[in-house]
Amino acid sequence: MSEIAVQIRGLWVSYNALAVLEEIDLEIQAGKYVGILGPNGAGKSTLLKVILGLIKPSRGEVLVFGEAPQRLRHRGQIVGYLPQRPLGNPHFPVTVLDVVLMGRYGRIGLVKRPSLKDRQMALTILEQVGIAHLAERAIGEVSGGEQQRVFIARALCVEPRLLVLDEPMVSLDACAQDELYELVHGIKEKLDLTVLMVSHDIGGVARHVDDIVCINRRIHIHQAPPIGRLGLESTFGCSVEYLFHGEIPHRVVKVHDD
Amino acid sequence: MIELLSMGFFQRALLAGILVSLLCGVLSVFVILRRMAFIGVGISHSAFGGVALGFLLGVDPLWTGVGFSVVVALLIEWAQRHSRVEEDTAIGIFFAASMALGLVFLHLSRTYNVDVFGFLFGNILAIGPKQVVQILMVTVAVLAVMWAFFKEMVFLSFDEEMAWVSGVPVRALCYLFLVLMALVVIVSIYLVGIVLVSALLVIPGAIAQNLSQQIRSMVGWSTATAVGSTVGGLGLSYGLDFPSGATIVLVLAGLYLLSTLLHPRGHSVKGKA
Repeated sequence: MSEIAVQIRGLWVSYNALAVLEEIDLEIQAGKYVGILGPNGAGKSTLLKVILGLIKPSRGEVLVFGEAPQRLRHRGQIVGYLPQRPLGNPHFPVTVLDVVLMGRYGRIGLVKRPSLKDRQMALTILEQVGIAHLAERAIGEVSGGEQQRVFIARALCVEPRLLVLDEPMVSLDACAQDELYELVHGIKEKLDLTVLMVSHDIGGVARHVDDIVCINRRIHIHQAPPIGRLGLESTFGCSVEYLFHGEIPHRVVKVHDD
Repeated sequence: MIELLSMGFFQRALLAGILVSLLCGVLSVFVILRRMAFIGVGISHSAFGGVALGFLLGVDPLWTGVGFSVVVALLIEWAQRHSRVEEDTAIGIFFAASMALGLVFLHLSRTYNVDVFGFLFGNILAIGPKQVVQILMVTVAVLAVMWAFFKEMVFLSFDEEMAWVSGVPVRALCYLFLVLMALVVIVSIYLVGIVLVSALLVIPGAIAQNLSQQIRSMVGWSTATAVGSTVGGLGLSYGLDFPSGATIVLVLAGLYLLSTLLHPRGHSVKGKA
């Protein structure tokens, strides 16, 4: 039996007595690539933050590789995380390499400085994600797509077992999105990672992941994409159409008369 | 000028000024990057309550000022994290309350003859050997802590969530930074006074941000600007017979305007760093 990467039992999260997540039971096996879909305000990012330990559940239990996230973080070497808006200040005076090295800080520990080996590792990962030539550029000077690669590189620098990506495709054009999906897929296969990706891009996610978790306060799990339109509609609460890319691009819509 | 440099009071003022500027230069970088300018104002003004408490109790106002500022700084952070008020609201409440408390303490102590004006607007030329030693101790302690936790401070200023996930003790370091700010504010009061001290915590970092794209060079620019303005401001204040604290702040403000004109936002300063 394969290892369980994320185990959630009876999870409730409430803000000001308003339930954001209700009765969540979820098991994600190690090595899976899981997409998390849902409308705005459905609790997607909240679910990720509970898994990361950033938000404490009101009720229930969360285990990541068998440990509570709050304890796990002190080991600084299990979870790589790409936040939804990772660059809060575009004028922050750090280079691309500085940002990627931050991924090592959990392993390096307090007070100590990154070693030559840490720098070499950061450069190698920048090469893997195809932006080694940008290492000395200021983070605010690189494009949106390149920035996402920088933050994925930072998450990988942790040497994680679980990669958590919160809407990595936001503000990227279609080509950059495709490249990023390919990149994450390649890395996941190469490093045998478990990947959780929150996204609004229904078609893109459906093509790349192993399982889809549809969430709208409660969850519904689809284990074999392509995911059906009805399933998505029940999650989003409205009619849904999505695109598949392929030799003949096609769009899935409701049955109509003409 | 040479005659001035040979005078003990000016030597002490210069040494104290340089030490305080070094401290403010380093902390100012993080005040700017973490958008804490208003907290600096809050902590410095709340120090008035502590200083006045010192007069009331008949103890060194430095220590009561430090204690008071630390407590207010921690209360601001605590209120922001644990109540519905926004940070700027919490600062506004605590610093006004602290100043009001300071006035009440002064009233109770009946010591209107003390140099309240000096505490409000600074009087670096009146600094004694004991104060220089206190400033030196604070400088060594604060710079040592900042050196030790430099990479963690940069990380949590850049991305607090990821820093937390990586195991950085974010909350402890946030509180620690506030304590350091309170210490620096208190020793800076000798130089520019309670009213103007926030300028030393904000302007050097703002100038440095205009001139650099690397964190280390930003720290370099910030400390160089702070030290340069202090030395230059002291010299100017002597030459023009202006108040020293105000002159230092005006020199800093002038440099900020100059740096903004030279490198407005959006204008790349690539290669400067």
